[in-house]
Amino acid sequence: MAGHAGILINSKSILLQKTFRCSTMESHILGQQLVNGLALGSIYGLIAVGYTMVYGIIGMINFAHGDIYMVAAYITAICIAVLSFFGINTVAIVLLITLAVTIFIIALYGWSIERVAYKPLRNSTRLAPLISAIGVSLILQNYVQVSQGARTQAVPTMIQGAFRFGSETDFFQITYIQTLLVVVSFLSMGILTWIIQKTSLGRQCRAVQQDRKMASLLGINTDRIISTVFIMGSSMAAVAGVLVTLNYGSFDFYIGFVTGIKAFTAAVLGGIGSLPGAMLGGIILGMSESLFSGLVNTDYKDVFAFSLLVLVLIFRPSGLLGKPAVEKV
Amino acid sequence: MLGTAHDNPKVAALKEALLSAAITFLVMAPISGIVLKGYAFEADFTVPVYAALIVFVLRLAILLLEQNETGRKILVRLSPSKGGGVTVAKPGGVPWLRFILPLLFIAGLVLPFFLGKYWLTVVILAMIYVLLGLGLNIVVGLAGLLDLGFVAFYAVGAYMFALGSQYWGLGFWTALPLAAATAALFGGMLGFPVLRMHGDYLAIVTLGFGEIIRLVLNNWTSFTGGPNGVSAPNPTLFNLEFSRSAKIEGNIPFHEFFGIPYDSSLKYLFIYMVLFLVVCAMIYFVNRLRLMPMGRAWEALREDEIACRSMGINHVTVKLSAFMMGAMTGGIGGVFFAAYQGFVNPSSFTFFESALILAIVVLGGMGSVVGVIIAALVLTILPEALRDFADYRVLIFGILMVVMMIWKPRGLIRIHRPYFRVKGGKA
Repeated sequence: MAGHAGILINSKSILLQKTFRCSTMESHILGQQLVNGLALGSIYGLIAVGYTMVYGIIGMINFAHGDIYMVAAYITAICIAVLSFFGINTVAIVLLITLAVTIFIIALYGWSIERVAYKPLRNSTRLAPLISAIGVSLILQNYVQVSQGARTQAVPTMIQGAFRFGSETDFFQITYIQTLLVVVSFLSMGILTWIIQKTSLGRQCRAVQQDRKMASLLGINTDRIISTVFIMGSSMAAVAGVLVTLNYGSFDFYIGFVTGIKAFTAAVLGGIGSLPGAMLGGIILGMSESLFSGLVNTDYKDVFAFSLLVLVLIFRPSGLLGKPAVEKV
Repeated sequence: MLGTAHDNPKVAALKEALLSAAITFLVMAPISGIVLKGYAFEADFTVPVYAALIVFVLRLAILLLEQNETGRKILVRLSPSKGGGVTVAKPGGVPWLRFILPLLFIAGLVLPFFLGKYWLTVVILAMIYVLLGLGLNIVVGLAGLLDLGFVAFYAVGAYMFALGSQYWGLGFWTALPLAAATAALFGGMLGFPVLRMHGDYLAIVTLGFGEIIRLVLNNWTSFTGGPNGVSAPNPTLFNLEFSRSAKIEGNIPFHEFFGIPYDSSLKYLFIYMVLFLVVCAMIYFVNRLRLMPMGRAWEALREDEIACRSMGINHVTVKLSAFMMGAMTGGIGGVFFAAYQGFVNPSSFTFFESALILAIVVLGGMGSVVGVIIAALVLTILPEALRDFADYRVLIFGILMVVMMIWKPRGLIRIHRPYFRVKGGKA
């Protein structure tokens, strides 16, 4: 009986293989799109962290955050160019120095933008910080465009090669750089989560997020905490900028706008104010966008992402992991 | 901030100014100083050094001024106006306005006859922005809703006219109300679900919607012509055409009917006249609306939503009315833009356009009609006059937006709520 069933299953599987040969090829495309989507999603997640933390703590959409990420891409390329000028070509050293320098400078950007454009507006009308943030976004875009030129910039490929799965002709691959990208993203998210959950600084951040007035009554320097949150968010955007430049190799002064909206979508999707939510939202958005552009239509992938944003805001404004907002009077 | 309590205050000021200068240098040095050329670069640190010097001097001056009595007085005078709220205008209005307004109206009607074709087109564009500014002013200035995708409704209007004439043979005069209605409908469909939620989400949803519209127009090549755009027909006046010879069988060109020589600026003259009348009607309309319960509810909601809701105002319908009204104005502006250009393509409807219209409303003083008109004229005519600074236009807009928000968040022109008295009542 058992043997009989075995033969039956065997013949069935041959039949399945014959009928669905084209479908196995498609499953590799599917796999490739999922891998690309994971890489893209980690980037969205890293940027979404900045939106989610700032929104959580001062209730403001930091429109300039996408452009901070764009500046980070430029700093990465500049750093690589300067290092190679001085003859430093060892990949690991270049990557570490670039990462450190970019995080430092972008953190300074985040800090000074908060200090100059948002801090004076702390007690202003509700629209004022939003409009100021749009102003900062325009300033950053045009500043980079005027200084570096409007053309697309590129960096040399630093890490080549890939893990391959499948046969010679029919495979999908995970490049080493994608692996690095995902690992570094999750690592930095882990470090950030550890800071927020376990350290005294993180406890202060959470306290300010829950109730700014009460936290300041308890002796927390709220202005300093808000600055710190901007620095942390910008550092994550800096990591994203470095990784994206290494992975895609080219960028221009306009990349911050679209990526910014998508990262915000990711933050909303995961539940704004929630750190794991930002990463989850980023990965879901990255994967679904990647699948959409691979299986349906590449031209409309941005339309898909923006429609997702509108739909999420309409049907589930508190996101996947967020708590519904309670309006206090 | 850096210095300890033992420090001399002047030394502390110097230290802090030095720190500010160092940060300015660090922030600007990589982007301005090291310009990428392929995989190599060119280094030139003059701009960041000058910027750091300027920041150092300014910061030191402010810190030193803060340390003595006269300096503090100067700073208080220059500091942002915290003074709050909206004041109510004096009863009876401004008496001389009664004579100035008709004069301005006549001047506006006569003006185009003294302009060349180039300046006529510039003025038409400025008037389109006045119209758009007035529309967005209802949404942002009066109702306090941040709409970052205003350009979507502008695009809907423009494409309604262009595609309508291509597929269904719509003329200018049919397209005008149709575009207004379609734009308002889009506004309602987008606004209704979103306006029930927290206000900031509206900004991002409208931003996303603006991009969706532009991307669809760009990619749906079979219907919209994609990046190549669609041509829009010339407007007509009672079937009189503004072209050298009639395009449609049976129509007569305008210049033949009146027996005047053909002039290519006749079309622009006509567009200007209609546009000017529409703008005037819009100004009148907005001023009357501010007196009506609906307009008063907009402004009340902007100031305090919770108080309004507890007074029994339905915040969703009130906001929706403002949002749709703004969208409708955007649609009308779009028809004029399409007629003026004779052609539309998606590159006219980028986010920058939304930001420009927002800058007009913000700089003009949110809610102020006069301010919006002045800002629109300045922001559209000035770049034409100062072509050399074209590269820095966006930079200047951005800086103006930030500075305005910090310095005078309620705009340059102080707005007054119109005085209102119930007939026969005492208040």
